[in-house]
Amino acid sequence: MWEYTDRVREHFLNPRNSGALENADAVAEVGSLACGDAMKLYIKVKDGVITDASFQTFGCASAIASSSALTEMVKGKTLDEAMSITNKEIADFLGGLPKEKMHCSVMGRDALEAAIRSYRGEPARASDQEGHLVCKCFGVTDAQIVRAIRENKLTSVEDVTNFTKAGGGCGECLEEIGEILARVLAEEQKETGAERGQSLPAGLADLRKEKKESTPALSNVQRMRKVMTALDEIIRPRLKQDGGDIELVDIEGKVVSVALRGMCTSCPSSRLTIEGFVQQTLREQVEPGITVRELLQ
Amino acid sequence: MSGKIIYFDNNATTGVAPEVRAAVLPFLGEEYGNPSSMYRFAGTSQHAVQKARAQTAALLGAKPEEIIFTSCGTESDSTAIFAALRARPEKKHFITTRVEHPAVLALGQYLEKEGYSVTWMGVDEKGRVNLEDFARALGRDTAMVSMMYANNETGNIYPVAEVGALCRERGVPFHVDAVQAVGKLPIDLATLPVDYLAMSGHKLHAPKGVGALYVRRGAPFRPFLRGGHQEGGHRAGTEAVPNIVALGTACELAGRHIEEENTRVKALRNDLQRRLFEKIPDCRLNGDLDCRLPNTLNISFRNVEGEAILLLLDQHGICASSGSACTSGSLEPSHVLRAMGVPFNYAHGSVRLSLCRYNTQEEVDFVAGVLPEIIARLREISPFKD
Repeated sequence: MWEYTDRVREHFLNPRNSGALENADAVAEVGSLACGDAMKLYIKVKDGVITDASFQTFGCASAIASSSALTEMVKGKTLDEAMSITNKEIADFLGGLPKEKMHCSVMGRDALEAAIRSYRGEPARASDQEGHLVCKCFGVTDAQIVRAIRENKLTSVEDVTNFTKAGGGCGECLEEIGEILARVLAEEQKETGAERGQSLPAGLADLRKEKKESTPALSNVQRMRKVMTALDEIIRPRLKQDGGDIELVDIEGKVVSVALRGMCTSCPSSRLTIEGFVQQTLREQVEPGITVRELLQ
Repeated sequence: MSGKIIYFDNNATTGVAPEVRAAVLPFLGEEYGNPSSMYRFAGTSQHAVQKARAQTAALLGAKPEEIIFTSCGTESDSTAIFAALRARPEKKHFITTRVEHPAVLALGQYLEKEGYSVTWMGVDEKGRVNLEDFARALGRDTAMVSMMYANNETGNIYPVAEVGALCRERGVPFHVDAVQAVGKLPIDLATLPVDYLAMSGHKLHAPKGVGALYVRRGAPFRPFLRGGHQEGGHRAGTEAVPNIVALGTACELAGRHIEEENTRVKALRNDLQRRLFEKIPDCRLNGDLDCRLPNTLNISFRNVEGEAILLLLDQHGICASSGSACTSGSLEPSHVLRAMGVPFNYAHGSVRLSLCRYNTQEEVDFVAGVLPEIIARLREISPFKD
């Protein structure tokens, strides 16, 4: 059975903006027949704003729905705003995609970037995204893998395959993907002081798991101290970089209630901030069972 | 979507026949005796198992004592292959094809890791094996050969009699995965040179959870499950009486309907095939037109993707399957289509429609009407036009 959200189904059954766009200002093509999905994105631009967009897509239901969603999302956005759309935002627009279909949202993001670059007369990929070819079956570079890991907080080789397709063919590059993943996770750990998820190599992951499992349950006071430390040392500094902040309101059992402050309050991806970053960080730093609830003020 | 389902996915599983359901019910109720017990109350169960064994054997042209009831086709395959290999541990060469069901394919890959050398027989663009390749591959070190009777995706029928004869000439045990063939093709193991043959109940209108393995009398065998005398000591464990009764009844029904499969059902399939080819440009048949199961149609549509087709069919209540990457649970199209060298612009857009004796002309008419619209709609939004 397909585990698609109603929104994915709806966009698949009634795709918005499908077909070629006459007199498009830029066109980009990503993917290929061999890969099993491919997308052609057309945009019209006036005064730095995307006034119209359309798509043609070969692929499964989620590829078609992601394309449809993308064209809806970009209309009316400035090129800079559009350029900052992430694959996760496309998936969120659709109420989420099954994990193994996340590569469809990545394809949409890639098409959008390529179209904007083409409009600006830049090469199809930014120089820092060129990198060297890791997955020969699906033509995925190390830079693309690193980006997917960072943007989506991936923690396993399987995730990387789900998001980028890399390693999903002959499987010869799986080991290299594991090395890239371990490197990025180590770098991230250094940058934030936080450790997230289990990383490869497998042996290491097992060790960490054991360590985690052997941790005794926390008392309320211990938990509160740890939550406050994680907020002060990891979460708050990161949010402040974006002009935001967070306030701890209450802790009841393993439910941590918070309120977002500053820029975060008006941020359209605040739900992502809460679930993807705050909750994830607390689960890693404090206890795996923590749930974070955002109080709207 | 209306509540009506058009089930054209009978190679995946089948509905339980009403006669089968009726035969099973007493054994889910008052007849719960253990076939191994001595009192008269258990006699009903014991006789029911005996009858089912005879019914199953009759469909295959085997002797009742050559039938072992198992839990599924996969168990039958694993049991046969390990039994034959363990009987001759010094031989380290295994031969099979690239188009096997995962139940055998994965075993071959496992054996490779265990130090066996495996010869993977390739197929041509129609999915056919080459007999000369088999003859050449058979060597002194060959422990066994395993080949499917009919392919689950394309419906292709493989030359079991010919490969069996080659194996027999060289004294090599021969296993046949006949999960898709039993009930659709007449099979006579009295004359076929086959040592082991696997079948599954739920492909022929019995419920899921029961299969059978034919082991020719005298073929090497080592039981996997030990701890009881059941199944002639070949598989310990209390018999799943309701499932076994179901399988026996389904086998008897299949024997009665096998002609219908090869006449009426085949005509429905052919009608569907003709009409789809007439109405839809740029499609191709996957498989061997002249040597296929009577119920199976595997067809590829250029430049559209299979999962999208299935989801739109589902909107009309039509159940079918696809060998596209998105539905195979991996990122690549089906291993069968790849082994046949089906080009990418077709491989991603394959659809398998598999019929059974419960399907009707009205259902064929409906699918033949709906599918061309679906393909046209998806081609409309595809970036590939030629």
